[in-house]
Amino acid sequence: MTIFNLKINKKEYQVDVDPSTPVLWVLRDHLDLMGTKFGCGMAQCGACTIHLDGKAVRSCITFVDSVGDKEITTIEGLSENGEHPVQKAWLEHDVPQCGYCQSGQIMSAVALLNENPNPSDEEIETAMNGNICRCGTYTRIKAAIKTAVNS
Amino acid sequence: MTLVKTTYNRRSFFKTSLAAGGGLLIGFNWLASACTSDTPKGLVIPDEWFDVNAYLKIGENGVVTILSPNPEIGQNVKTSMPMIVAEELNVDWKNVIVEQAPLNTKKYTRQLAGGSDSIRTTWTALRTAGASACYMLKKAAADAWSVPVEEVTTELGVIHHKGSGKKAGYGEFASAAAAVPVPEEVELKDLKDFRIVGNSQKNVDGLGIVTGKPLFGLDYKVDGMLTAMIVHPPAFGMTLKSFDASDVKTMPGIKDVFALKVYNDDYARQWCDTSSFTELVAVVGNSTWEVMMAKLMLNVEWEPFAEQKYAAAGWGGNTQDVTVPGGLESTTEHKKKMIAEAAKSARVVRKDGNPEEAFKKAAKIIERTYTAPFLAHSPMEPMNFFADVKEDSAVLVGPIQSPEYMAKTVADRLGFPLEKVEVQMTRMGGGFGRRLYGHFMVEVALISQKMKAPVKLVYSREDEMTAGIYRPMYHAIYRAALDADNKLTAFHVKMGGIPESALHANRFPAGALDNYLAESWSIESNISVGAMRAPASNFNAAAEQSFLDELAEEMGVDPIQFRLDLLKRAQENPVGENNDYDAARYAGVLELVREKSGWDTDSQGKHRGVSAYFCHRSYVAQVLDIVMENGEPKVDHVYNAVDCGIVVNPDAAVNMTEGSVVDGIGTAMYGELTFNNGEPEQSNFDGYRLIRHAEAPRKIDVAFVENKIHPTGLGEPPYPPVMAALANALYKATGTRYYHQPFVKNTFEV
Repeated sequence: MTIFNLKINKKEYQVDVDPSTPVLWVLRDHLDLMGTKFGCGMAQCGACTIHLDGKAVRSCITFVDSVGDKEITTIEGLSENGEHPVQKAWLEHDVPQCGYCQSGQIMSAVALLNENPNPSDEEIETAMNGNICRCGTYTRIKAAIKTAVNS
Repeated sequence: MTLVKTTYNRRSFFKTSLAAGGGLLIGFNWLASACTSDTPKGLVIPDEWFDVNAYLKIGENGVVTILSPNPEIGQNVKTSMPMIVAEELNVDWKNVIVEQAPLNTKKYTRQLAGGSDSIRTTWTALRTAGASACYMLKKAAADAWSVPVEEVTTELGVIHHKGSGKKAGYGEFASAAAAVPVPEEVELKDLKDFRIVGNSQKNVDGLGIVTGKPLFGLDYKVDGMLTAMIVHPPAFGMTLKSFDASDVKTMPGIKDVFALKVYNDDYARQWCDTSSFTELVAVVGNSTWEVMMAKLMLNVEWEPFAEQKYAAAGWGGNTQDVTVPGGLESTTEHKKKMIAEAAKSARVVRKDGNPEEAFKKAAKIIERTYTAPFLAHSPMEPMNFFADVKEDSAVLVGPIQSPEYMAKTVADRLGFPLEKVEVQMTRMGGGFGRRLYGHFMVEVALISQKMKAPVKLVYSREDEMTAGIYRPMYHAIYRAALDADNKLTAFHVKMGGIPESALHANRFPAGALDNYLAESWSIESNISVGAMRAPASNFNAAAEQSFLDELAEEMGVDPIQFRLDLLKRAQENPVGENNDYDAARYAGVLELVREKSGWDTDSQGKHRGVSAYFCHRSYVAQVLDIVMENGEPKVDHVYNAVDCGIVVNPDAAVNMTEGSVVDGIGTAMYGELTFNNGEPEQSNFDGYRLIRHAEAPRKIDVAFVENKIHPTGLGEPPYPPVMAALANALYKATGTRYYHQPFVKNTFEV
């Protein structure tokens, strides 16, 4: 076990875990930040998407000893109460069905818009293609991203 | 106005306090978070609640909590069911909080997520619950004001008496209403007076979802909870031989490793107790990652079994022995067996007229074969469940579609009376039928009992995808006889599957044809299967509606008109008596989609396919447009016409239809699980293909038939037909007919 100091959602955390532990399980099991979801464990579905210094990464294959000083942002860190423009757009379009993948979808969308504030349809599809929605809410997700662009 | 008796679900109206049990045993915040909806903006939580009946409680300030009885799987019943109660209660939806009810079969009608039946089977019970409570509020006020109850009216949470000018909020009379005797019968609203039902309301968990609140089973947690995972055989046809856990038990954070027997030998399994792997190894530890690591290191030996037998409880109390064949099965073998079996004559399920004779006389016979592979449900949230089993009672919390059945299985296995097993339902990260089969609840209960501690069982994606339950593998041969005038004279379907057939012998076009033959066959297997979204229909529609398209082309008629002509016959002069569809409603959705898609006016230069299907008591017709881009087909636009009776929550119903369309396209294009020596060859989303963003249609339109028919299913009906609409449009775009799923392969070659 090793002690790691992590900066998550602008707060400092300390955890004592095996260095091979993925950030996903540090968040969920050790810090009770349950918004980041476990879907596949091999970066195939995007449910566990978080930001490392603003860039979208899959936390299920991001090991805690690789984080260093980088700032982690999770869905809980986007806003206090759903005020982030992307979250608001999601609510406006009532996107979720089961809802399980949506925090990962939102984190990917936020990272996309941070880099590219006015993406084309094709750029949205490319950026979001790693996030599976088993319920098939893709058309609403795309509409919500466009709403967020315009807000 | 409709009068309904309250008696049939009278137990719902006894004012016993709702089971708050979970809160006593388990961390309050986690449960509250998982079960309670978003609190509408500006709403003040009351200091005191008064239970009016099992479906609702009213606070002293007039805020209402409505309990949603059925499991929420993404079909949005946690919003739509309370809407129905709120409608009859006549309360402002902005003053409503929703709570997931725990399992309580004494109080609620049917706590099951399956068969697209949540709304249909509870519609009257939910309305009655709201209407009874509304009456009790009026009666309490009438008694206090000394006026006749008939003169008292309600308006959005306010009680009025016009004559005296008296007025009060529901909160003022909540306490008194709770003491009013439950009326023998109550009046239900006229549909034209509805103002919540039929108007889109947002998902009550929407804010919780987009802010990452712990709503799901996997998010559930209590102090001192251990985490467990299971190891199951790598292949169907194998069972546990031995294991050596000596190295693993000393790994950091690992508490115990032991074998687990899911069912007792003399237990008669219920329908929901399907699972191939009943002898497992459990690994228990402090955290998920530690258990995952230990699991990888565990040395387990498996051995093939010759044959297994178990007792299955049938409907009506009959028990029968089920034999599971031994052997390590492969997809190549499956295909060979299917081809051989389909060449034989099979069990005749329905025969109208003299189809043999008609085929003999035919000027032309068209015969086509359709196939579809095994599928893994793959809900995004892997299987998981929490259990805290004490000496003589158990609390289980998690995502389950069939809680009322699984509680019985768990009670039996633990040797507890049923009332000692409490089940709380969390929001589910999808299910699609997978969560009807709750062996994981038994597994976690046994692990908790052994560990004498609260335990959460977590399946990895690989555990889930390789352990069953699957959609069966299907095969169908369709034949049509045409006479010299190119008129359809006979129709023959021979359908089979591993391990079961998908035949619905009494569905369209049965009933529309003088000479009709339906046959069925199946091949046994040790691969466990279960219901997946629109069971059987999810193959039927794809095959049948593709065949009808090809038939219409062969006959030189418009594919919509071809279907409408058949339906006209079925309506005016039906053949046989057991036709399970309403030909007029079926035709209705075809006519609506023809209009909405501009089929007659706007098809020039478009690659479009049409399809229509009836299942789960609803009717859906679709027109799907493909555009060719860089030589590749791309689904551009899908038009849906849906008849599911009264639409409770329109935008959510549109969302459900959109999702079904995307899911259906994904299934038909990409879905395939194959086997080699009993081992599933895909174990995660790298090998098992689900549809992704870039493959979804650009636009999906949904139109509903407006009628006053009580609501029927929607979670499943739009899913099956789109597969054929896709196949038919692909043919227009590419000139190739798509007979074999997944369409990216379109082959059944061995």
